[in-house]
Amino acid sequence: MSNLTDLSIAAIRDGVRDGSFTAREVAEGFIANVEKGRSLNAYVVETPEHALAAADAADQARTSDDLKPLSGVPIGMKDLFATKGVQTTAGSNMLGGFKPVYESTVSRKLWDAGAGMLGKLNMDEFAMGSSNETSAYGPVISPWRRNDGGNAPLAPGGSSGGSASAVAARLCPGATGTDTGGSIRQPAAFVGISGIKPTYGRCSRWGVVAFASSLDQAGPMARDVRDCAIMLEAMSGFDPKDSTSLDMPVPNWEAALSSDIRGKRIGIPREYRIDGIPEEIGRVWDEGIERMRDAGAEIVEVSLPHTKYALPTYYIIAPAEASSNLARYDGVRYGLRGTSDGGIDGMYQATRHDGFGSEVKRRIMIGTYVLSAGFYDAYFNQAQKVRALIARDFERVFNEVDLILTPTAPSAAFALGDKSSDPLAMYLNDVFAVPASLAGLPAMSVPAGLDGQGLPLGLQLIGRPFDEQGVLNAGLALEERSGFTHRPKAWW
Amino acid sequence: MSVDAATVRHIAKLARIAVSDEEVAALEPELNNILGWIEQLQEVDVTGVQPMTAVIPNTLRMRQDVVNDGGIRDDVLANAPVAEHGFFAVPKVIE
Amino acid sequence: MSSYRIHGATGEWEVVIGLEVHAQVVSNAKLFSGAATEFGAEPNQQVSLVDAAMPGMLPVLNEECVRQAVRTGMALNAQINAWSRFDRKNYFYPDLPQGYQISQLYHPIVGEGVIEVLLDDKDESTAKQIGIERIHLEQDAGKMLHDQHPSYSYVDLNRSGVALMEIVSKPDMRSPEEAGAYVRKLRSILRYVGSCDGNMEQGSMRADVNVSVRKPGQPFGTRTETKNVNSVRFIMAAIEYEANRQVEVLEEGGTVVQETRLFDPDKGETRSLRSKEEAHDYRYFPDPDLLPVELSDAFLDECRETLPELPDAKRHRYEQELGLSAYNASVLTADVTTARWFEELLAATGKAGPEIGKAASNWVISDLFGALNRLGRDITDSPVSPKQGADLLGLVADGTLSGTLAKQVFEIMLETGQDPGRIVEERGLKQTSDTGAIDKVIAEIMAANEDKVAEYRGGKDKLFGFFVGQTMKAMAGKANPQVVNELLKKALG
Repeated sequence: MSNLTDLSIAAIRDGVRDGSFTAREVAEGFIANVEKGRSLNAYVVETPEHALAAADAADQARTSDDLKPLSGVPIGMKDLFATKGVQTTAGSNMLGGFKPVYESTVSRKLWDAGAGMLGKLNMDEFAMGSSNETSAYGPVISPWRRNDGGNAPLAPGGSSGGSASAVAARLCPGATGTDTGGSIRQPAAFVGISGIKPTYGRCSRWGVVAFASSLDQAGPMARDVRDCAIMLEAMSGFDPKDSTSLDMPVPNWEAALSSDIRGKRIGIPREYRIDGIPEEIGRVWDEGIERMRDAGAEIVEVSLPHTKYALPTYYIIAPAEASSNLARYDGVRYGLRGTSDGGIDGMYQATRHDGFGSEVKRRIMIGTYVLSAGFYDAYFNQAQKVRALIARDFERVFNEVDLILTPTAPSAAFALGDKSSDPLAMYLNDVFAVPASLAGLPAMSVPAGLDGQGLPLGLQLIGRPFDEQGVLNAGLALEERSGFTHRPKAWW
Repeated sequence: MSVDAATVRHIAKLARIAVSDEEVAALEPELNNILGWIEQLQEVDVTGVQPMTAVIPNTLRMRQDVVNDGGIRDDVLANAPVAEHGFFAVPKVIE
Repeated sequence: MSSYRIHGATGEWEVVIGLEVHAQVVSNAKLFSGAATEFGAEPNQQVSLVDAAMPGMLPVLNEECVRQAVRTGMALNAQINAWSRFDRKNYFYPDLPQGYQISQLYHPIVGEGVIEVLLDDKDESTAKQIGIERIHLEQDAGKMLHDQHPSYSYVDLNRSGVALMEIVSKPDMRSPEEAGAYVRKLRSILRYVGSCDGNMEQGSMRADVNVSVRKPGQPFGTRTETKNVNSVRFIMAAIEYEANRQVEVLEEGGTVVQETRLFDPDKGETRSLRSKEEAHDYRYFPDPDLLPVELSDAFLDECRETLPELPDAKRHRYEQELGLSAYNASVLTADVTTARWFEELLAATGKAGPEIGKAASNWVISDLFGALNRLGRDITDSPVSPKQGADLLGLVADGTLSGTLAKQVFEIMLETGQDPGRIVEERGLKQTSDTGAIDKVIAEIMAANEDKVAEYRGGKDKLFGFFVGQTMKAMAGKANPQVVNELLKKALG
């Protein structure tokens, strides 16, 4: 039955529906893979009982003809989503042992749609990182290896590194991710899978441990575009408990999926051709452009002049919001409490010293600094103005084109430890992902090719607000023409 | 703009994060490196630009004044490091 | 107008006062969650996961709190900002679960307004305009108990997230009395509007008191802020103490330190809250979990339409339409429950306002208030209803009861709760204008007091009162005094 774990979400759903196999068989297959794949460190909590219960419910539902959109599909849940009664730590010691008494809206929707949970997926601590090395549970290891014989363990990207690795290694057919500044797209690109960050507000943030509220968006990571559409449909929707949630109907993205993009105008932003990135990135991008042209799209060179300021803007706004969002981890109501003789302030300082890892502390410090007395205007307010300019760039360009095509990341996966000592080098990973995050736009990464060492590279499609359909369709067109079928050899 | 060790300590204090001398020594250049890089934003002409207030055009919806939550003390206290007599307990605060 | 001065060794000092009043908004649920706001619940029973700041919890604004703030602003003739937004005020304290208070620094919902206060109720010329700087909405913090355990403080989050309006005055007050009048007036308006119950004992209204001193004509001095003062009396005492302390400091060559202080009601003193070695740095920034609050014209119209007649307007109307004295009008309008009671009373009389208003106001202020005072009761739990009061006034107006009898009947009403009509009926307390009966009594009294009659007729006019008293006494107080007067005058010649 091991081949069941090679099936896409759509195929599993359809197979369960038409009785080709049972949901329980699927769940058992993935549970076995999860156990076999423990060396990847993708899961921090395994919940086979949850997956099996959902599978049994699906098999039951089939007999009563009551199947739901994701009946029979077991998935992985990023540990940033609060799951009732199941440890939720955001990859941090700070929340060691924390069992929420509530279920995040997004995970609730997935369970309501019939999905089961295989476990909680490892991630960078509080979603701050681009390599999954900041997790309190240790780094996730990518299932990919370089073809030069070097066996250096590779980073799966981050912060949704566990999700990426698990999907790529068939430890689940799809997983949730969250994307604040590339945390779905960059890891998807690193492991050769697809991932979409929808328009800001599509997925409720309620019950998702907050990193940077104005940027955080949940989204799916799966093996292909169709699976992303299926999952995103289940995850999206208005939530009155999230004031920034979009009060709009959720389109039937899967039903309207079409790779026919004839006549679509696709913008190629010249500012994304930056110095110092591997020549292969440019090559894969050019191939992607040709494939879109081949699919009947019109290619238009466009300019997004404030692109170079996106990353520094992001590294003011995201840490500022994070410094405030993470103030609640104070050892009073849940999570870790540090010990100190220094009274209440001593307790706070010990708790936050012991509970947070160094990257989280670094960002809290930056955020605290840029908001502190005398610096607010120079940093935070300036950044919000530049952010408005970045959004305006996109707005203007979207008067001319329907979509924008760029590389997802400036490199292929790097080895663990390669960049972890240089925060700035690490931040640069998100240089192509961050602009769309700042503007709240739907953006997707699809695998587009391999580099010289046999590692996957991804391309990013950015769409107008609310136009997930356009992004998915173009992604499908790219996917079909790229014919990307590479997968890592199971060495684990 | 650059930060010195005293500033690092001050920020850490504002953020309620204990820092050892070694940590301060490590953070100082790191923060300066990052802040120096962020500094390039100053060159952007933002004359007449309003800071962004909503990422995607949206209007604030308000809740009706209905009591539909609370009364869940056990849930609220379930994960508390120390809870006694229905309260959270913290090291004594001297006012 | 105010000539309040502190007489120091180096001359006179003027006191400058500004108040930040925190008023708990009347609402069922909290500002950003669906937990109840009721006072006095078991610890942590009125706490939602949002109030406890569990990971991933998000605020959703309560429309009623916005409405109340807007109505309050309108009642203070203030600028209403149709576009406002919430900011986070970041600081650490165990009663602040989020690690920040959601408040409004940069764009408050209400801007500048004004309150007129009277230092003397009877005298319009003592009116003074006190400027309102702004009103903003914010979350209350939880409560801490420090005396329940030797090494722990206990945290109760029931109040955490309850909506407060912070009403910030301009530094326009110049004496403790002005500050007292301002707070009383503000409380009166809030109660009229129904946006705050004004209950200072329960903490639903409290003030941060900013005080500085200066030589008249000089620029403002350095101010101190005395936090959380919870009665008008204490506010006035805190100002008095703090102003004198500052004068003393300055005259001894010292400087006033800008700091936060606490008022100790037992000692009547303020003391420094040992200024934390570093100044607060709240790192305000717009709350990214919330969008700007944009109020529609329809919403603003609705707020305006639901505003009641406010105390100043009511006072003027009572004077002009009902013919009440300035004092009576002021007393009856100071508190909304009194005004409501009075108006119910007027309505129940079935008479035109100007006809009965004056008598009614006098009765409420002297008889009813006197009785309530004696009984230690509030007008809201008066043993006599407005309808009963109206009936009593009616019996006086139609001559059924004399003033004296009315007082007697009122006492019985207070004791028994019975209607005045029934009391008069059952106890035969009706006043008589039966001239035959009165004449008969007068004849008997004159017969029994021939010497006094002679003296009166000899010019001792003062004795008239004696005959009135005797007649009333013999009639057991039931004779119509006017009729008695007339008949006596006739009989005595």
